[in-house]
Amino acid sequence: MKNNTITMTVNNEIHTLPIKPGETLAALLRERLHLTGTKIGCEEAECGACTVLVNDEPVLSCIYPAGRADGKTIVTIEGLAKYVDHVMKLHPLQEAFVEHGAVQCGFCIPGQIMTAFALLKRNPNPSQDELRDALKDTLCRCAGYPMIEKAILAAAHTLRTGDPLPLPEIYESIHKRKLVGRKHLRPDAVDKVTGKAIFTDDLQFDNMLYGKVRRAMVPHAILKKLDISKAKAVEGVLAVLTAEDIPGEQNHGVIISDWPALIGIDQQVRYVGDAIAIIAAETPEIAAYAARLIEAEFEPLPVISSPVQAMEEGQPQLHEKGNLLKHIKVRKGDVLKGFEEADQVFDHTFHTQITDHAFMEPECSIAVPTQEGRMEVYVGSQIPYEDRRQIARVMGWEESRVRVIGQKMGGGFGGKEDIAGQIHAVLLANVTGRPVKLLYDRHESLIAHPKRHATQIRVRIGVKNNGRITAAETELFGDTGAYASLGEKVMERATTHSAGPYDIPHVRNDCFAVYTNNPPAGAFRGFGVTQSAFAIESMMDMIAHQLGMDPVELRRMNILHLGSVTNTGQALVESVGLTECLEKLDAEMRKTNPEPFKACIDPEEPNLVRAWGIGCAYKNTGLGGGAPDFANADIELFDDGKVEIRSSSAELGQGLVAVMQMIVSEELSILPENVRVLVMDTDLSPDGGPTTASRQTYITGNACRFAAQTLRQNIVNFLSKKFEVEPQKITLKDGFAYFENKKLSFNEIAKQMKALGEEPRVLYKYEAPETQPLGTGGSMHFAYSYSVQAAEVEVNKLTGEVRVLKVISANDLGMAINPLGLQGQIEGGVMMGLGHCLTEEFIVEDGHVISDQLARYRIPGIKLTPEITSIIIEHPTADGPYGAKGVGEISSIPTTPAITNAIFHAVGVRIDKTPVDQEQILKAMGNQLD
Amino acid sequence: MYQWQEYRQPKSLAEAIEDLSNAPVPAVPIAGGTDLLLDMRQGRHSNVHTLIDLTNIPEMNTIEIQGESLFIGACVSINRIINDPLVQRNAQALIEACDLIAGPQVRNIATLGGNVAHALPAADGTIALLALSATANVAFPGGVRTMQFQELFLGPGKTSIDKQTELIVGFSIPLAKPGQASAFKRIMRPQGVALPILNCAVWVEREGNRINASRIAVGPGGPRPFRATKAENSISGQYFNDDNISKATEVLLEQGSFRTSPRRATSEYRKSILPGLFQGTFKKAWSRAVVE
Ligand SMILES: Cc1cc2nc3c(=O)[nH]c(=O)nc-3n(C[C@H](O)[C@H](O)[C@H](O)COP(=O)(O)OP(=O)(O)OC[C@H]3O[C@@H](n4cnc5c(N)ncnc54)[C@H](O)[C@@H]3O)c2cc1C
Ligand code: FES
Ligand code: FES
Repeated sequence: MKNNTITMTVNNEIHTLPIKPGETLAALLRERLHLTGTKIGCEEAECGACTVLVNDEPVLSCIYPAGRADGKTIVTIEGLAKYVDHVMKLHPLQEAFVEHGAVQCGFCIPGQIMTAFALLKRNPNPSQDELRDALKDTLCRCAGYPMIEKAILAAAHTLRTGDPLPLPEIYESIHKRKLVGRKHLRPDAVDKVTGKAIFTDDLQFDNMLYGKVRRAMVPHAILKKLDISKAKAVEGVLAVLTAEDIPGEQNHGVIISDWPALIGIDQQVRYVGDAIAIIAAETPEIAAYAARLIEAEFEPLPVISSPVQAMEEGQPQLHEKGNLLKHIKVRKGDVLKGFEEADQVFDHTFHTQITDHAFMEPECSIAVPTQEGRMEVYVGSQIPYEDRRQIARVMGWEESRVRVIGQKMGGGFGGKEDIAGQIHAVLLANVTGRPVKLLYDRHESLIAHPKRHATQIRVRIGVKNNGRITAAETELFGDTGAYASLGEKVMERATTHSAGPYDIPHVRNDCFAVYTNNPPAGAFRGFGVTQSAFAIESMMDMIAHQLGMDPVELRRMNILHLGSVTNTGQALVESVGLTECLEKLDAEMRKTNPEPFKACIDPEEPNLVRAWGIGCAYKNTGLGGGAPDFANADIELFDDGKVEIRSSSAELGQGLVAVMQMIVSEELSILPENVRVLVMDTDLSPDGGPTTASRQTYITGNACRFAAQTLRQNIVNFLSKKFEVEPQKITLKDGFAYFENKKLSFNEIAKQMKALGEEPRVLYKYEAPETQPLGTGGSMHFAYSYSVQAAEVEVNKLTGEVRVLKVISANDLGMAINPLGLQGQIEGGVMMGLGHCLTEEFIVEDGHVISDQLARYRIPGIKLTPEITSIIIEHPTADGPYGAKGVGEISSIPTTPAITNAIFHAVGVRIDKTPVDQEQILKAMGNQLD
Repeated sequence: MYQWQEYRQPKSLAEAIEDLSNAPVPAVPIAGGTDLLLDMRQGRHSNVHTLIDLTNIPEMNTIEIQGESLFIGACVSINRIINDPLVQRNAQALIEACDLIAGPQVRNIATLGGNVAHALPAADGTIALLALSATANVAFPGGVRTMQFQELFLGPGKTSIDKQTELIVGFSIPLAKPGQASAFKRIMRPQGVALPILNCAVWVEREGNRINASRIAVGPGGPRPFRATKAENSISGQYFNDDNISKATEVLLEQGSFRTSPRRATSEYRKSILPGLFQGTFKKAWSRAVVE
């Protein structure tokens, strides 16, 4: 029987809609009912973001044919909160997610909450195991799994008992002030738990077209012929553009413009994701269909699949200047002398894999032409001003003609620093004069955007018999793929950190960042240091083992401390909390196990062996290396007494907006709810610089702080002049100014200032302390964060399988401005590090991407979450806001070597290649027996 | 352009068979769609004109005792199987297999019939049913016939039923008698493609310390779901001890084809973990089969 309509109840409302071919429930809810709280993270039944309840059961709406929903009752995230007298009352689960800090970027949150909602309906009192089973396939890349778990258990308690929601215990900074350093809820959390938060793909514009990119899908070739006539002839196709249609420069790129927006005839294709044509059509289906009709002919060229191969003689050259993007050198002392002084020399080569950011929200750009002839671009971008520059360049326009309006981002982690669909959407919108949405599906996201550099790292260390290191030499080959992206900077960081956080008199580091035909590699949380930390920290344990030393002791003897000089020649004069991290972590670890590095066999299951391992790391805050590092902040007091702070710095989920809000309310002594934060709009918010290098809390944080302080000063000066009181006698508190017997509210003050022609507004440009370029021997960075992590693993001797049971993470981040956000960064960092070590491998074979679906790129789910203990160390840095340094990256860097070192202690197998391969472990164990 | 043009929801088996033959082609049955829709999206299956939704057909949605057998309809969801007391009592291996498939959202719609009809040699539900000596009921335009479970499979992704006219209605499993029990285990790897490295289902009939009979299935042990008949024979009638189990393990390694699958596992690895997996599964079934 054929049905022509669907009638269903959605969140207590009955809808009857005509049935559409090929429509999923997710598409119906999002596109036709505008219930965009249901998110699409993969469309392959892997991520759980699209979870809704159908007749009380959780299902994935992305693989649920809409026709099947006929006659059924649907509940989406929008249906959970209740309205009592028009006042929204959150469901206890929603409230718990907010209060427990479980919300970060928020993209996965509707799915998490709906899955949990279904669980609690069925099982009001779930155990931890039951909860993890229920949420096992609902992925969170910000990986706040511990907080998600606690939030659900808290909500379950409230739902069962009617008690008020149990609140978490949140760390308070030892340097806390009135607001900063204490628990503060994210201003965007409520929108994110109710499904109201808008991400780019949730936007719709009148008359909007849908874009699609036709990619080369061959790794290395010359494009010989391109026939777009069939695609153009399809009804509903408005434009098909090729390289010839680019009005300005053909290339874009963050640092080096070497990446063609479209490849032209007789030009070189350098990776499978290279675009050869773009299409705009009335529907996404038509656009995709037309893309397939484009006929292309290629002349294949030999494929370069590794940096080592690229540097060999006789290989094809991928760019005009050859295959070498950059040779990076670090020199300190005299390594020859250092090795002569050594009693023993260790030498080993390590390999790390390509990984993908796998942010839960795939890339989306919408370009909207305005009546004044400008172009608005809605996009989740880590560097809005940089997008504007690159778009304008390719369009041949003045930058001011482009307005980038940054949207909420479902995670970035470094993967949204480059251009994705922005330029293509603008090209299509410009030609058609209509808004164009260009949304990547997961497949395209995996193929197209820059990854983490696969790196080969050779480490040579000279050491005295007592454990003191005399020399370190490292040689790195970094695979930067087809285009430069941020490769040069990433590999520079990998190199400068490649001798680890150790005080070594003689150092020599060389790195070759090399082009290949793999997908480009760029920024990724850890910025190269993830790779080099794995190598050097594995080496440290190999040395400790050979010398018969305790791994902690060996590190204690060599780590950076106040007065140390780094291998780039920087004297550390303040804020070096590494020793304290190590000592506190060691004490915590030995509390449960006095012999942590000794293999311990499970008495019940003798195939299971456990042991601990550790890893240390440091990571710069800010760009450094002589790059000017600044952010602007624009602060304004409005007539309603509210203050707005504006900066184009990006909120990718990490919690910058909360930090900005806290700082401004702290400095102006007003309630946080009276501070509005506006970010990422190139028309309205001044340049905040890139959101990278863990720099935003420090740089933009300082910009906000000084802007607020200046505004405060202006207010006081104004009052002092107008009322003839001494400035010292004026106090600002809770949104009022008090002096003599007077009490004046901020809205009064705003009005009075304006009446007298004074603008209650300050634009502040903060410039970070100057740094020196690599090779000059000065201070390359203005601050470093430090971390030590310990992991307890369990290895199955029958299968080689590895499980991480516990992780202790001790981090010196100067000052914990926003402890709740910090917890998410620390726990999420551990999980990302764990993924890098155990589950994630972006497989490319001969330039072809094998990991082109989420099902072939595994990121950790809740079931892999170990028990995470966080130790916060706060050695303030003089110029940081309240002493704060960066935390975004350091929290994930030492996880991998902590795990692999633990594996060695458990079963004696040294992992020198990530990810850990259980098959290799079993084989190596077998070889030990032979 | 669209994955499907028309979505039909027949309410009876007869109507479904009718639709399958007469609806505009290509017409393909869909149960949960967790395999089919992804195959279509990812280019492993071409788009179709008609999808015929089988989830409203009463026969395909029942779990009931029919004589000496437990009948499980093809469209019963994985989740319902896990929670069903009849299945729990009679087919622990199937419960354990289903309890490893995906997360609850997928389990609520994925079906046992789809798992079998997808015809992969290591599908968890399939391997469990194989050890449980299931038979399949297949509906065709003239009626319903019964098939031995193994006869369903021709090769990876290929079943022997006529896709244009036939449907699997459900599976029958002999009811568990005292002394009979089953178990299921599998080994995965955390990275790469989401398929098991190896899985194993064992059914035993125990009498005191003797193995009266056993059935062993391993996936992937060949292009079709693999029954280790030689290993079964080698231990039938034997006493349960390490020696005999080791011998059966050797026979199992001999008979099965444990090959290298790129990016999943090498043959060598499979062979080195199979003994532990098989023996663990066997012991689990064995200890369950004890008569109180
Ligand atoms: C995230 C995820 C994880 C998974 N994990 C596992 C796992 O761990 N182990 C595992 O084994 N599987 C796993 N699967 C695969 C999948 O869920 C199962 O194979 C599922 O049981 C298929 O059932 P379905 O109802 O969805 O089948 P469908 O997709 O609806 O159908 C599959 C095929 O069978 C045909 N078909 C369906 N029903 C019938 C019938 N009654 N008669 C004739 N033909 C029929 C269809 O035409 C189609 O060709 C996973 C899937 C996902 C998405
Ligand atoms: S599971 Fe549906 S979008 Fe990922
Ligand atoms: S909060 Fe879960 S993906 Fe970001």
